[in-house]
Amino acid sequence: MKLKTLTAMALVGAMTAPFAATPAFADLVFPSLSYRTGPYAANGIPFADGYEDYFKLVNARDGGIGGEMVKVIECETGYNTEKGVECYESTKGEGALVYQPLSTGITYQLIPKSAADGIPLHTMGYGRTSAANGKVFNTVFNYPANYWNGASAVVNHLLDINDGDIKGKTLALVYHNSAYGKEPIRTLEELSKKHGFKLSLLAVDHPGQEQKSQWLQIRREKPDYVTMWGWGVMNATAIQEAANIRYPMENFIGVWWSGSENDVKPVGAKADGYKALNFHGVGDDFPVYDDLKKYVYDEGNATGAGDQHGTVLYNRGMYAAMLAVEAAKKAQEIHDTADITPAMMRDGMEALEITEEAMTELGLPNFGPAFKVSCENHGGPGLASVNQWDAKAGKWNQISDYAETDMDVIGGLIDEDSSAYAKENKVEEACS
Amino acid sequence: MLYREVGDFKTTYRADGQTFPIAFDRWRYYVVLAFAFLVVPFIINDYWANAILMPFLIYAIAAIGLNILTGYCGQVSLGTGGFMAVGAYSCYKLMTGFPDLNILFCVLLSGVVTALVGMLFGLPSLRIKGFYLAVATLAAQFFLVWLFNKVAWFYNYSASGQINAPERTLFGYKITGAETSAPVTYLFCLVLVVVLAIIARNLTRGHLGRSWMAIRDMDIAAEIIGVNPLKAKLTAFGISSFYIGVAGALLFSVYLGAVEVGEVFGIQKSFLVLFMVIIGGLGSIFGSFAGAAFMVLLPVLLKNVLVGTLGWPTDIATHLEFAIVGLLIIVFLILEPHGLAQLWRVIKEKLRLWPFPH
Repeated sequence: MKLKTLTAMALVGAMTAPFAATPAFADLVFPSLSYRTGPYAANGIPFADGYEDYFKLVNARDGGIGGEMVKVIECETGYNTEKGVECYESTKGEGALVYQPLSTGITYQLIPKSAADGIPLHTMGYGRTSAANGKVFNTVFNYPANYWNGASAVVNHLLDINDGDIKGKTLALVYHNSAYGKEPIRTLEELSKKHGFKLSLLAVDHPGQEQKSQWLQIRREKPDYVTMWGWGVMNATAIQEAANIRYPMENFIGVWWSGSENDVKPVGAKADGYKALNFHGVGDDFPVYDDLKKYVYDEGNATGAGDQHGTVLYNRGMYAAMLAVEAAKKAQEIHDTADITPAMMRDGMEALEITEEAMTELGLPNFGPAFKVSCENHGGPGLASVNQWDAKAGKWNQISDYAETDMDVIGGLIDEDSSAYAKENKVEEACS
Repeated sequence: MLYREVGDFKTTYRADGQTFPIAFDRWRYYVVLAFAFLVVPFIINDYWANAILMPFLIYAIAAIGLNILTGYCGQVSLGTGGFMAVGAYSCYKLMTGFPDLNILFCVLLSGVVTALVGMLFGLPSLRIKGFYLAVATLAAQFFLVWLFNKVAWFYNYSASGQINAPERTLFGYKITGAETSAPVTYLFCLVLVVVLAIIARNLTRGHLGRSWMAIRDMDIAAEIIGVNPLKAKLTAFGISSFYIGVAGALLFSVYLGAVEVGEVFGIQKSFLVLFMVIIGGLGSIFGSFAGAAFMVLLPVLLKNVLVGTLGWPTDIATHLEFAIVGLLIIVFLILEPHGLAQLWRVIKEKLRLWPFPH
């Protein structure tokens, strides 16, 4: 009998629960597909906190965007594609304006869905790189920089420190054995042909805690430089292994997803000198943090544990939210209505222009490069800087300016890959 | 009162040997089928299709497949994820290699390919048993995932190593791709599930199923009474892999649309399907459905209740979800080691006597 009532309750719950959260259409809905659990949680938490805190700030300080309050719906994906689909389906009916899944795997899944449903997808610095071609990927944006810019930025940095000649040098790529980690390979291969360096590829399987054999190989081959496309627990493990084989840290350069405090701190003093790319500023030395403190933290509204403020990934989450808010403002301006739809949001994203003045006004001076999105270019300018970890001070130092990447190589690859997608899926290349 | 054999006279052997000998059971079965085919497609929305029903149907096929091998033939397999990957990748190669081939045949042919691969990896089962066989199938799991990651031919040399399902139609309705509608994909999966489940049910009741069960219960005795272990074990591996391959093909083409082998078909998937079979009940087709429902629906239900209704933080809800599902698995295994199917059998026995148990 007990079991029967239990099953009955469960059934009733299953029938009603999905519809229990009634959509509030007056608000602007920004779903946050986050992951605070699993092997990637260490990186997922700060991003999700930053993303949500910025929206809270906009609500508390400005009274929403153009008078419309913002509602953030958080959904836990655990970096798992099946849960990602569930999250997408459960939130899209609530009027979601833009999705930022923070996972390349989920992004690939959502690209066709977002095109069919007309809901834009913003994959900032991850996702499918060729989505930079807005003529094919109408609803997908990956400004301000993508993986291939990252790959090129690594090579450019090597050129810089070698006075422009890296012929005969070897570069090892340690990558997460997934769509994410494989993205830079093609670009690096092209660049190795162009600059004459040797590339060796070392794959690390999910989740990345086991890397002994890869680092043994590095110890044996002694590549001049090592670059890494890692995420989650894989990052700290790789830096630890590099320290164990006494690999010179200044020759080890991670992409922007392998350059947060959570990746270097577990290794301690030995991580000193490790480099990573970035496409935005680090630290909490920005006026926006005063506002965040006044309107969000001091009110006791900080998301999560509230211990991530000023970290690299917190800043990145905040930056992502800031760009979304600016795009929404732009959309309101274009369509002359405060209550925007996902289609209007898409237009706003495509017309987005971030100037230095606008960034200063928002309390983020010199936080990121100025850029402009267009239909032809959904990828932004692709500028990246190099940061270096100072273990003693416990902070990242920006050691180079936001520099151009090799768009000759990348542009060709983007056209090639996006036209292959267009052909496979019968998409007409057009700018609306 | 209603649920009893009394008064339900059978005049042919055929009628006596049918799947549901009790009239009430039979009618209930027809009602469920009618509801699934005639009512659900009209009330289904994207959320119900993509987040709940499709995973349930697809995992039910996989669970039936593993149940044939583990539940009926007694061969423990930890290679389910790898075999599902074979189904998914062969479906992808068929879809892209033969664009005019009907999606239904793509899915079924992927099953055939997986059956061949499964029989190949089933060969060691003739020599090794139990835990050692589990380790051999575990090797298959890791080898297959590694293969699909390593050899670029399987993913058509795409830069990211992802496979994406192109759009395919059946009778003019879109089955795969982005612009599918919920009722169509649901019905496509449902038809396959129902047909495959009926075939499985009848296979296990027939000569082949009996020889599997004989091998499971005591292989030496079975051999002495004339059951050919080579034939029994290899057919079990082949048919089981066919089901698992179809499930993998559907998971990739209809449900997810894009797949990354290490993430979707890793070792966790093997364990997930194995849990479904153990919780649902070894050696029961109904158990496969019950297990799939338990493992697919419970996390979604818990999430909706904890986050949607109670408004808890998502991370706490997820951790609790793990704890609750894990706890329930332990509780079930202690209280009902034969799974949900046994619970159902006990309920049926009680129903026969109800309301006069003495």
